[in-house]
Amino acid sequence: MTSQIRKIHDMLVSKEISCVELTKKYLAEIENSNKELNAYITVTPDVALAQAKAVDEKIARGEEIGLLEGIPMTLKDNISTKGIETTCASKILTGYKPIYDATVYELLQEQGVVMLGKTNMDEFAMGSSCETSYYGGAKNPHNTGYVSGGSSGGVATAVGASLAVYGLGSDTGGSIRQPASFCGIVGLKPTYGAVSRYGLIAYASSFDQIGPITQSVEDAAIVFDAIAKYDEKDSTSQGGEATLPTLENDIKGKKIGIANQYLNGVREDVKEAVLSAAKQYEDMGAEIIYFDLPELDFALPSYYILAMAEASSNLGRYDGIRYGYKAEHYNGTHDMICRTRSEGFGKEVQRRILMGTYVLSAGYYDAYYKKAVNLRGAIVEAFDRAFEKVDVILAPTAPVTAFENGYLFSDETDQIEQYLSDICTVPVNTAGLPAVSVPCGVDEKGLPIGMQLIGKKFDEKTILNLAYRYEQAVDNFKETKWGVKL
Amino acid sequence: MKYELVAGFETHVELQTKTKIFCSCTTAFGGDPNTHCCPVCIGLPGTLPKLNEKVVEYAIMAGLATDCEIAGIAKMDRKNYCYPDLPKAYQISQYDKPLCEHGHITLSNGRQIRILRIHIEEDAGKLIHNHGDTFVDYNRGGVPLIEIVTEPDFRSVDEAKEYVERLQQIMRYIGVSDCRMQEGSMRCDVNISVRPEGSEKLGTRTEIKNMNSITNIAKAMEYEYERQVDLIESGGAVVQETLRYDDATNTTSSMRSKEDAHDYRYFREPDLVTIAVPRERVEEIRQSLPELPAQKFKRYTEEFEIPEKDAEKLTKYRAIAEYFDEAAKDLKAPKTAANFILGQIFRRLETEADKEAFLVKTSAAQLNEMCKMLESGKLKNNLAKTALEKMLDSGDPVTKFVSESDMAGLDDNTLTEYCQNAINAMPNAVADYKGGKEKALMALLGNVMKQSRGRADAGAVKEKLKELIG
Repeated sequence: MTSQIRKIHDMLVSKEISCVELTKKYLAEIENSNKELNAYITVTPDVALAQAKAVDEKIARGEEIGLLEGIPMTLKDNISTKGIETTCASKILTGYKPIYDATVYELLQEQGVVMLGKTNMDEFAMGSSCETSYYGGAKNPHNTGYVSGGSSGGVATAVGASLAVYGLGSDTGGSIRQPASFCGIVGLKPTYGAVSRYGLIAYASSFDQIGPITQSVEDAAIVFDAIAKYDEKDSTSQGGEATLPTLENDIKGKKIGIANQYLNGVREDVKEAVLSAAKQYEDMGAEIIYFDLPELDFALPSYYILAMAEASSNLGRYDGIRYGYKAEHYNGTHDMICRTRSEGFGKEVQRRILMGTYVLSAGYYDAYYKKAVNLRGAIVEAFDRAFEKVDVILAPTAPVTAFENGYLFSDETDQIEQYLSDICTVPVNTAGLPAVSVPCGVDEKGLPIGMQLIGKKFDEKTILNLAYRYEQAVDNFKETKWGVKL
Repeated sequence: MKYELVAGFETHVELQTKTKIFCSCTTAFGGDPNTHCCPVCIGLPGTLPKLNEKVVEYAIMAGLATDCEIAGIAKMDRKNYCYPDLPKAYQISQYDKPLCEHGHITLSNGRQIRILRIHIEEDAGKLIHNHGDTFVDYNRGGVPLIEIVTEPDFRSVDEAKEYVERLQQIMRYIGVSDCRMQEGSMRCDVNISVRPEGSEKLGTRTEIKNMNSITNIAKAMEYEYERQVDLIESGGAVVQETLRYDDATNTTSSMRSKEDAHDYRYFREPDLVTIAVPRERVEEIRQSLPELPAQKFKRYTEEFEIPEKDAEKLTKYRAIAEYFDEAAKDLKAPKTAANFILGQIFRRLETEADKEAFLVKTSAAQLNEMCKMLESGKLKNNLAKTALEKMLDSGDPVTKFVSESDMAGLDDNTLTEYCQNAINAMPNAVADYKGGKEKALMALLGNVMKQSRGRADAGAVKEKLKELIG
């Protein structure tokens, strides 16, 4: 797959198409297919066309435009946009219009962005299939009988179905990579701190990170370089190192690690696809090193305890007093808050708030929260040790391909299974590492399989370089029947 | 049986930094409701706190001024509870790693009140109840606070009163807070219990909240002491609970019992990074601290030989002490300046607020000039008083009110003339003196002083009289 951003950029510069025409094409396709794909929660034609017009005027004046200028894109609906409804796909944020822009959206606006709308997601990013959305889940563009993945399902569907050139999602335990993998596209979860979280509505603050979902690796690199800036409004932000200059570097001699634990419980066809990618890397001159990472077994319980604990606190503010949904009938302040939250939050969100509250409670804190913090430390150290031996770690993005619609929430499915599906993605968030998911094959139903390359902290350039070289050698991108054809 | 009171304090002090603890909104008191607010301090989804460095600095100043140890590394934690005045449903505070620990404040009876910890946190908004409706004003939300927690070291209400006064005095000296209890920039919660005198074991404590003056703290403590003693004497037991003080009825009533106590589910604030406090920074802050009231008191009483009672008055407010220090500069007897301040100047400052502001037309340098003239004999004592009154009225220097000749004293011829006049006018006194009555000389001196309208130097007059009488 080649860079769609460059392609469209060239079309704009050569005046092959105007930015307004281009934007209208996307808006028309969204109009056509969103009912079926359910990728967008809010479409913003007025905003997009105004932004497109400004780009056209600039081109008409003969001014140079940047790579991202005029490229139609989308934001996950947990990224705050001034004056544009931002719902987190929750009833509780119905009608909430932020009074400020998230830093990432500010940065993109400075670059002349065209924002088509806000995309669907699991409610408050809690889920792996996009199905916990108050608005119903986004469908997989390769087969609408299957989910888009989650939580950034709407972005993945929109980009996979060419209803946006790229999108920004957020990844707390795999929410960028897993849907990108399910939809057969590229998803980059940057190092914790590389991209500002200011304006990202928090799920679990010490895990959340915004990143790009794109059709090509180069596009992911372009977007990452544009948004990985230090932000004084986010104390945990540091900015990132540019990835484009080294994107095409030779990968000869690179050491790619495969942790045996990452392959445990992974479906056979997925495992095979990942191992054949490893073979491809070997053919390109990289060295494959198998090793053990036993601490990975602790990653999931540790993640769920810490993420739910933080979520229980982060979501305490939705009380119906200042913004969003408020219960209609109530008796006094306390009752109003209880009813608002009971009616406004979906089942999965309530479950996680309850569990998070539980693990922080007096008497349970040491048994759960504190232990999980210690395990997190052990996982961080284990990755540090691993990266003394290897440059990147190669792993499946998910143990399976996209679930059938409704599968995770059917009566036969164990609740734990939903959580287990995050087993490959979660350790990266626990350790704050960067990882990029790229398509590496399809299963017998034609559903995409994804693999991820995990890097050292702030070493996005190496994982993107390796991902790029693989993509250039083996193009697994599959066009869908949807969206804009250029 | 006699019962001993045991009490500890938790005091919230609002820091007077220009901006709030996690955003750049103003901390100014008042303002129309919800006008000193931004997305961060009203906790809008997606916003993140950014720690104001000044808050850390002010807290360290407070810690150093109360002899605390300053942590090298500190962190912020979330204290979770749900209340409409707390827009994030958690308060960002410090739990197990406060900035300052193990300090103390010494009371005038020599007892030390140990300070367990001082930590930084954000204030909540305010609920306003109006005709059955409740409104929230978030102006105060995010105003920086320090919470100063003492050990249960208080044994009397007087100690408690003095502690609060000392704390106010120290915080105002170092300029971190105005500590106005009426405006809520200083708020005290008191933990109080009683035990039979001589017993080492602590009794069950109650916590009293909602006292907005030192007088009310004293009243509430007295009431609660009596209530607990009565309860025990009548065979009952004190229940651990939080009480609200009602100053209209001077009683306490239950707010919540131990069972209803919040589980704050503290955990580390993930949106803020660790606070590193380099030792050099602590030393810099220590060097920048002004001389504290206790140090001044010691200097005034020991070096200047000023009575304790006067030294207490001089050190009460920083403005007075600094005025005095300048007025007393290089004086042989600094007490002279002290007396003018506590006498004539204080008489013009009617209220405590006036004394605290200490706005006086005469500058400390002018008072110093006057005192120096007194010491060198250029200005006579009895003229000084009138001169100072005129100086205080006008703001002009002493030289404007004391003529050249006043300052020069009397020339020898005039002095001889006045003394001769006195001898001629009071033969009996002269006889008495000659007869050995030393005291008679004083009558003659008085006469000379009268003639000179006070300008004559008593010592010189006496010498001259003795010489003339022979």
